[in-house]
Amino acid sequence: MSRPGFVLEVDDRTPPLLVHEGLGFRLEEFPLGTRVIYPPEPIASIADVDGAIRDALLDPVDSEPLPALLFPGMRLTIAFDDISLPLPTMRAPDLRGRIIEQVLTLAAEKGVDDVELIAANALHRRMSAAEIKHIVGERVFRSFWPQGALYNHDAEDRDNLEHLGLTEKGEDVEINKRAATSDLLVYVNINLVAMDGGHKSVGIGLASYKSLKHHHNAKTMVNSRSFMDHKHSEMHSSAWRMGRLIKKHVKVFQIETTVDNNIFPKPYDFLMKREWEWSIKDQASALAMRRGLAIAPQKLRHKMFHDLRSVYGLTGINAGEVEAVHERTIRKVHEQQRVKIEGQSDVVVMGVPYLGPYNVNSTMNPILAACMGLGYYFNSYLGQPVVRQGGVAILYHPLDEGFNTLTHPSYVDFYEEVLAESTDPAVVGEKFEQQFATDPWYVHLYRTSHAYHGVHPFYMWYWIAHALDHLGDVIWVGGDRRAAARMGFRSASTLHDALEMASSTVGGSPSITYLHNPPHLLADVR
Amino acid sequence: MLALEMFRSVPKTVLGKAAGGRVPMLLTGVAAPLRLVTIPPPKVERPGWVRLRVLLSGICGSDLGMLSGKTSLYFSAVVSLPFVPGHEVVAELLEDCDDLPAGTRVVVDPVLTCAARGVDPCPACERGETNRCSRITVGDISAGLQTGFCHDTGGGWSQQLVAHRSQLHPVPHGYADEQALLIEPVACAVHTALRAGVSAGDRVLVSGAGAVGLLATLALRELTDAGEILVVAKHARQRELALEFGATEVVAPKETLRRIRRATGAFQLEPEFSAPYLLGGVDVAIDAVGSSQSLETCLHATRAGGRVVLSGMPAKADLSAAWFRELEVVGTYASAHGEEAFAKATGLVGHDAVARLAKGVATYPLHRWREALDHAHSAGRLGTVKVAFDPRRNQ
Repeated sequence: MSRPGFVLEVDDRTPPLLVHEGLGFRLEEFPLGTRVIYPPEPIASIADVDGAIRDALLDPVDSEPLPALLFPGMRLTIAFDDISLPLPTMRAPDLRGRIIEQVLTLAAEKGVDDVELIAANALHRRMSAAEIKHIVGERVFRSFWPQGALYNHDAEDRDNLEHLGLTEKGEDVEINKRAATSDLLVYVNINLVAMDGGHKSVGIGLASYKSLKHHHNAKTMVNSRSFMDHKHSEMHSSAWRMGRLIKKHVKVFQIETTVDNNIFPKPYDFLMKREWEWSIKDQASALAMRRGLAIAPQKLRHKMFHDLRSVYGLTGINAGEVEAVHERTIRKVHEQQRVKIEGQSDVVVMGVPYLGPYNVNSTMNPILAACMGLGYYFNSYLGQPVVRQGGVAILYHPLDEGFNTLTHPSYVDFYEEVLAESTDPAVVGEKFEQQFATDPWYVHLYRTSHAYHGVHPFYMWYWIAHALDHLGDVIWVGGDRRAAARMGFRSASTLHDALEMASSTVGGSPSITYLHNPPHLLADVR
Repeated sequence: MLALEMFRSVPKTVLGKAAGGRVPMLLTGVAAPLRLVTIPPPKVERPGWVRLRVLLSGICGSDLGMLSGKTSLYFSAVVSLPFVPGHEVVAELLEDCDDLPAGTRVVVDPVLTCAARGVDPCPACERGETNRCSRITVGDISAGLQTGFCHDTGGGWSQQLVAHRSQLHPVPHGYADEQALLIEPVACAVHTALRAGVSAGDRVLVSGAGAVGLLATLALRELTDAGEILVVAKHARQRELALEFGATEVVAPKETLRRIRRATGAFQLEPEFSAPYLLGGVDVAIDAVGSSQSLETCLHATRAGGRVVLSGMPAKADLSAAWFRELEVVGTYASAHGEEAFAKATGLVGHDAVARLAKGVATYPLHRWREALDHAHSAGRLGTVKVAFDPRRNQ
């Protein structure tokens, strides 16, 4: 029986608490009275994964069983979430591959020949062959990749996009042509957090910039409160409108999975434990790891963390009609991640780890670190933010990993040029987004290399729009001063310095909440 | 009279060239082929020539290049050692000269053309392209491409020199000596702007924000219909000045290619063991530094069929881009009578930004020449645009 998440109040018996900071972590002594929010422990997972997959396909929600939707001569497209999920990457075999194998088996039994598999990477970078193989498994990869029937979605391939029309609010809905013109579109998702899945899968994962710009903008994001709560998220409302339009054109069979939060395998499992329950072995591991990380070169630390593969347990799988499936999925996500909290605090503290959705096998540059902390973690709430309006966010990350020019070329220009002019998401979007979105060099790199689309750094900055609007100050502990300043933030050497700096905004003895994250948690703030 | 004289010294030149980059103090110390001497003033022996009393004489990048052994030996045939350097000169006439009475304050167009040499005009001089004169080694005076490189005329780094009437341009009343000192470099900038062949709306890169780059920026902005002018500046003061002089945007050297790529939507290529370059880029690039790096930046950042202008005295560079991208590489040297560069420059020097700049001219007496050269070598870093000698000063 796993224990639910809970709120600890730091007292004089509380040991130093683990705080992630990029390619490392520290043990921090928090002021007395600090609230520390721990996520629930991993909930029960399904032992017979293949059986659960089969059951979901044969007994879907608000839909005919999958075999009934298959017929000879049909066009079947299977789309799946890209490498941005789950985090960290799942140890093989990946759940998506196991599901796709069963879908393909059913299709073969029904005599379906015309099958294509598309990675729903939207404006994310193209995955490499090895990365796709890891997701779909070797057998599927060998059967489809050489024939060109397994590929990354290309949001800039005008010939292979289909404009399905406008929503009632005038939003363009343009998605992958193969998917839009199929008799059946099966979408295979991993729903790591509450914002994933639902109509976001097809409506965003297979969309073009023309479609995405309607909800990926500063105005929508600042009104998504939060985007981890799809019923109160402007972004999701837009995606839902688009999804309902897509449903009128193509039959979508949505398969959503949820996993537990067992993200750190041995010997790193102490990172998920509550500090006062650390065994001698855990304490020794923590000490050894900290000492090792302190002397290891950055390249080695990067390899150590990024080679980590998680052994997730499947906690739920539902298939069928998109919205009905997603309701069940969200319930399961909440079961794993939701923690009830009473009231807001003056200060929220968050440790930004080495990994986010957009730096898998790449580097966590300052913009991605800001997005991870002020976008994802800040927004990981239901009801109201953990920190009060005008409060202070204190984040931990060195902001020193630099930029990977293979995967994030436009980020460099965004950082050097755009943020030098303004850090206001609305202003930078208005002035620069079009230039970056249509820059032929970025388009070329997105299509032919492994680069995120030119407009992607803007989206990262829009993700933090709500936090910037809400917070009175943002301070990075241990953050590179120049990088923090470029983004319009401040940096401090220690938590005490940060609190001292924050005192001008929230006073000398603020209430503090530390989100002990990862594993992921969803703060249900009453 | 007191004068600084450049003399032939192979050991000093070799030492400056070999070690000056790593040990800059050598360039104004033992490796400088320059000496403070007392010599007879140059004589006026022919009609049309006049003696001038030097008020100010600037230190130009080409002077520094020559003193540090960086200048190509190509130029050894068009100078006559020993000579008194100094070709940016503000002076006053010591006697009447044709229409100009004694005491007239003038600036000197340093190019020693056919008129000054007392020979029949060469085809270039006939066309008014005096900076392209083919007779710069013959005639009444010894070889020398300009005043300041010729043994017989003397130069500005002294108390007196001689000049031909064709070289003299009266300074309008109201201009300070420091402002007038900038007329000659501005005339060169005018010539650069005209040679750049800028069409309306062209995007122009000016690599370098020393005096040459800043004044070229001013001339481009005032005399052409250039669209965006992107200036490469190393130092904070240079960045401020470049914007005052008409730059649309100022970038650091290492940012140049990236910013141009962004601005033009060009494609960037990364060759092996070599500097990256663009397919696409600016329409016109002006190298206002004269280093290999700056010239290659210009070559690498210019669109196919564009124009690269060599405004600084050029260094060796990989010219592959000029061939592959069919670039027009054009030189721009001094200024020409035919384009009335001095008249235009005299007008431009009245610009507020130039007037402000003139107030920052650093002056030194001749005997503090080592300090002056040190200052000039580090001018960019120290926020100075022009360093000059004031031979009237004793301290």
